[in-house]
Amino acid sequence: MGKLKVALYWASSCGGCDMATLAIGEKILDVAAAADIVFWPAAMDFKYLDVERMADQSIDFCLFNGAIRNTEDEHVAKMLRAKSKIMIAYGSCAYEGCIPGLANLFSMDSVLDRVYIDTPSTDNQERTYPRAKVQVPEGQLELPRLHGTVRALHQIIDVDYFVPGCPPEAKTTWLALEALLTGALPEKGSVISHSGKALCEECPLPKEGKKVKKFYRPHQIVPDPKKCLLDQGLLCYGVATRGGCGAMCPQAAMPCTGCYGPVEGVVDQGIHFLSALGSLIDSTDAEEIARIADEIVDPAGTFYRYSLPVSLLRRAKTA
Amino acid sequence: MNKFEPKIVLFLCNWCSYAGADLAGTSRLQYAPNVRIVRLMCSGRVEPYFIIEALQTGADGVLVLGCHPGECHYLEGNYRTAGRMALLKKMLRQFGIEEERVRLDWVSASEGIRFASIVNQMTEAIRDLGPFQREEVLYFPFGDGDAGAPPQRVAALPVEGATRAPIIEVTYG
Amino acid sequence: MNRIVINPITRLEGHGKIAIFLDQEGEVANVYLQIPELRGFEKFCEGRPAEDMPQIMQRICGVCPEAHHLASTKALDNLFKVEPTSTARKIRELLYSAFFVTDHATHFYILAGPDFIMGPESPPAERNILGVIGKLGVELGKKVIQTRQQIHWIIQTIGGRGIHPVFGLPGGVSKAVSDEDRAKIEEIATQAVDFARLSLKVFDDLVLKNKEYLDMVLSDTYTHRTYYMGLVDEKNRVNFYDGKVRIVDPQGKEFAKYAPGEYLEHLSERVEPWTYLKFPYLKKVGWNGFTDGEKSGIYRATPLSRLNVADGMATPLAHEEYEKMYATLGGKPVHHTLATHWARLIEMLYAAERMLELSRDPEITGPNIRNIPTEVPAEGVGIVEAPRGTLTHHYVTDEKGLMKECNLIVGTTNNYAAISMTVKKVAQGIIRKGTEITEGLLNRIELAWRAYDPCMGCATHTLPGQLPIEIAVYDADGTLIDVAKRS
Repeated sequence: MGKLKVALYWASSCGGCDMATLAIGEKILDVAAAADIVFWPAAMDFKYLDVERMADQSIDFCLFNGAIRNTEDEHVAKMLRAKSKIMIAYGSCAYEGCIPGLANLFSMDSVLDRVYIDTPSTDNQERTYPRAKVQVPEGQLELPRLHGTVRALHQIIDVDYFVPGCPPEAKTTWLALEALLTGALPEKGSVISHSGKALCEECPLPKEGKKVKKFYRPHQIVPDPKKCLLDQGLLCYGVATRGGCGAMCPQAAMPCTGCYGPVEGVVDQGIHFLSALGSLIDSTDAEEIARIADEIVDPAGTFYRYSLPVSLLRRAKTA
Repeated sequence: MNKFEPKIVLFLCNWCSYAGADLAGTSRLQYAPNVRIVRLMCSGRVEPYFIIEALQTGADGVLVLGCHPGECHYLEGNYRTAGRMALLKKMLRQFGIEEERVRLDWVSASEGIRFASIVNQMTEAIRDLGPFQREEVLYFPFGDGDAGAPPQRVAALPVEGATRAPIIEVTYG
Repeated sequence: MNRIVINPITRLEGHGKIAIFLDQEGEVANVYLQIPELRGFEKFCEGRPAEDMPQIMQRICGVCPEAHHLASTKALDNLFKVEPTSTARKIRELLYSAFFVTDHATHFYILAGPDFIMGPESPPAERNILGVIGKLGVELGKKVIQTRQQIHWIIQTIGGRGIHPVFGLPGGVSKAVSDEDRAKIEEIATQAVDFARLSLKVFDDLVLKNKEYLDMVLSDTYTHRTYYMGLVDEKNRVNFYDGKVRIVDPQGKEFAKYAPGEYLEHLSERVEPWTYLKFPYLKKVGWNGFTDGEKSGIYRATPLSRLNVADGMATPLAHEEYEKMYATLGGKPVHHTLATHWARLIEMLYAAERMLELSRDPEITGPNIRNIPTEVPAEGVGIVEAPRGTLTHHYVTDEKGLMKECNLIVGTTNNYAAISMTVKKVAQGIIRKGTEITEGLLNRIELAWRAYDPCMGCATHTLPGQLPIEIAVYDADGTLIDVAKRS
């Protein structure tokens, strides 16, 4: 039996997931012993044409990170799906859209205008925008077209497994890799993590389950680092976020921001965090309740920082 | 000319507002037939998730009626609703959704007239706003050549229960 | 004209493709480096709380998130008009110095290093970290992996997470350094200094003492005479975390020096329709096309640039190496693009020494790590040196601190015009009439780009593989008439 054939690809991503793959340290040698990497533009010199030439289903598994933002992302995702037996949405961008998904709060027009016209350092009197096809003196150049809406991987192809996190912590990555290398895989469609429950279960900070009289933004207070941050009024997302990461952020005295995605069984992570916070407000006066709720200055961005494209609403209503 | 008839999902709590609705009925009060009623034990049972799911699957507006503050059968359920609704409305604004599409109000078991009045108000308000725009835009601003390609509109597909959103197919122009 | 497309370019962070147009003679008419991605950070930050920016902005890059995190945190200091505490400032710089060591090491050994260590036209199967380990020995290879892991631990301990830290706040940091951790950091820093010195020795043995490489480094093909940019402290020494931005002209004379708030007086960005990335250039010189020289506003912000603009290094061992480099290459400024690799290793040494200094600073374990902002926020700019270049974050908010506008000029972006020039000049130099286009030849072109350190690090290995190229033939009207794919 030959070695497994493995591919890694990044669509609209930051590269953090490729780094996260390496964070498993010396275990990478175990991976190298069991598998050959046949495509990984980040680190290896194989090109798209190499993938086109591969037989269908010849790749044993593909770790795909990055959101689907343009036609190239989509094209390569579909191509890799055809060539791979198992497709894994690795990391928050592929799983739920992640930070690039925040662009769904705006129209594509407004993004382009900001980047290419209105930014103060941009000098573009001619109002030039990038184009899908451009004639230059020597011939023609092409660029992928941008989509108006950012999507997660499973919204364009069938995905076998999901690995959560922005990026996944080393132990989560290894949990997935070990399963893939040994073939001891969970049910198709599973999200692979050490926990399906909320982060609070593994967070070591003691909780009192208090109601909140005031919500704080992280720069407004110095919290007691040995107590539950949500109890202290910080918007800690741990109540509505899948565990398995080790609760790194709360232990650095910063509230969880939700990067491991929703708890098992939940579709829309943000709306559940909204519900939890709404019910934590310590008041019996409707006006005071509204005032305290108003201290949460950016509900959309706070609740959907990582999961906007896969939420129920998916994007803001724009032209 | 066809008048737009909004579809409004109406969440009522068993103890107060549902009884108030019943009273409106037995009193033969006229109120707009546009509401589809869902009875829960408490307004505190209304998850914001239900509200958005209602909008995305066919409702043009959602109305939640609970007991007056201080009168909740479960003591604090309606305070939770108040907190959630305040946050939800603020968030909907950020999504470009008119916050008038979602309303929370209080109706007691004896307030049949108030019930009918609120339902009628809500129906007219949503009629003015028009249908809830469910379509998404997948848009290619730069077609071949100089003119941009026109936006491609794609209908959003309904979400079924706890499953993930299904694959969204797009045809390019 | 015939068009050769390298798609995608590889062993770097981010997406890119290179289109090489050949005229009828088979000479290179022009080369276009296109960046096919755009995410829109400068727009979707609007409406977000400013204090969320360090964590949101660092998702611009998962290889150098620390750079964005700190540029952003400094922009917040400026925005909220609050100074970080002395301890917080040192903690930030300690994390940042540690990060520089690992990032530069990753690039040298794993990314670009194989081109030099194995040879630019060596078989792709060997032209990677495994080949490097084979050539230099397992012990050195393990040192590289170990160093990365150890520093990864430091970043996680100080910053909260190893990738995408969370500790930055206006006025300070969220977590203090314990005595126990400090001791371990000091130990790792000591080893890092040794590792950096060892790396410089490897470079000396394998590159400087190799005539073919030295010729390549000094050749005109890989040389551009541009302006240079970098942060310097009050003594005009290289500093990654803080200082003023200094620009020198191609002669090495100071051309400008500015504080973060003044960056708009000096930088402009140009848009071309064939790429999603913009081209920054010096406003006061102006855009004069993709050319070198004093009349062209194109500048470079790389490790070599930083050493070019500075009067020296702030730590003794690194300064010694700095003097040695300039003595060897004939004085300042050095215009040879490939010398960037040397400068990068000198910076690695400086970063390690600085990490050691800070780990020994008595204030580093102090409890006072936060100043709470009290002023009403309005506008702020934060600048740090990212490993790949000067990084500028500019925020405008409302009185509640919600983002209204943001502008970013990112490390590698500074160099986009220069990289384009480099790739074209190298292609013109090595593809002539009748030249056979091979995988190795195309890699020599990619080698030029890698000197600028694409934003990505990793350890990997590869299969025997051949570089496929697509040759598309267009007639005079730009109509596609033939496509030949071969490997």
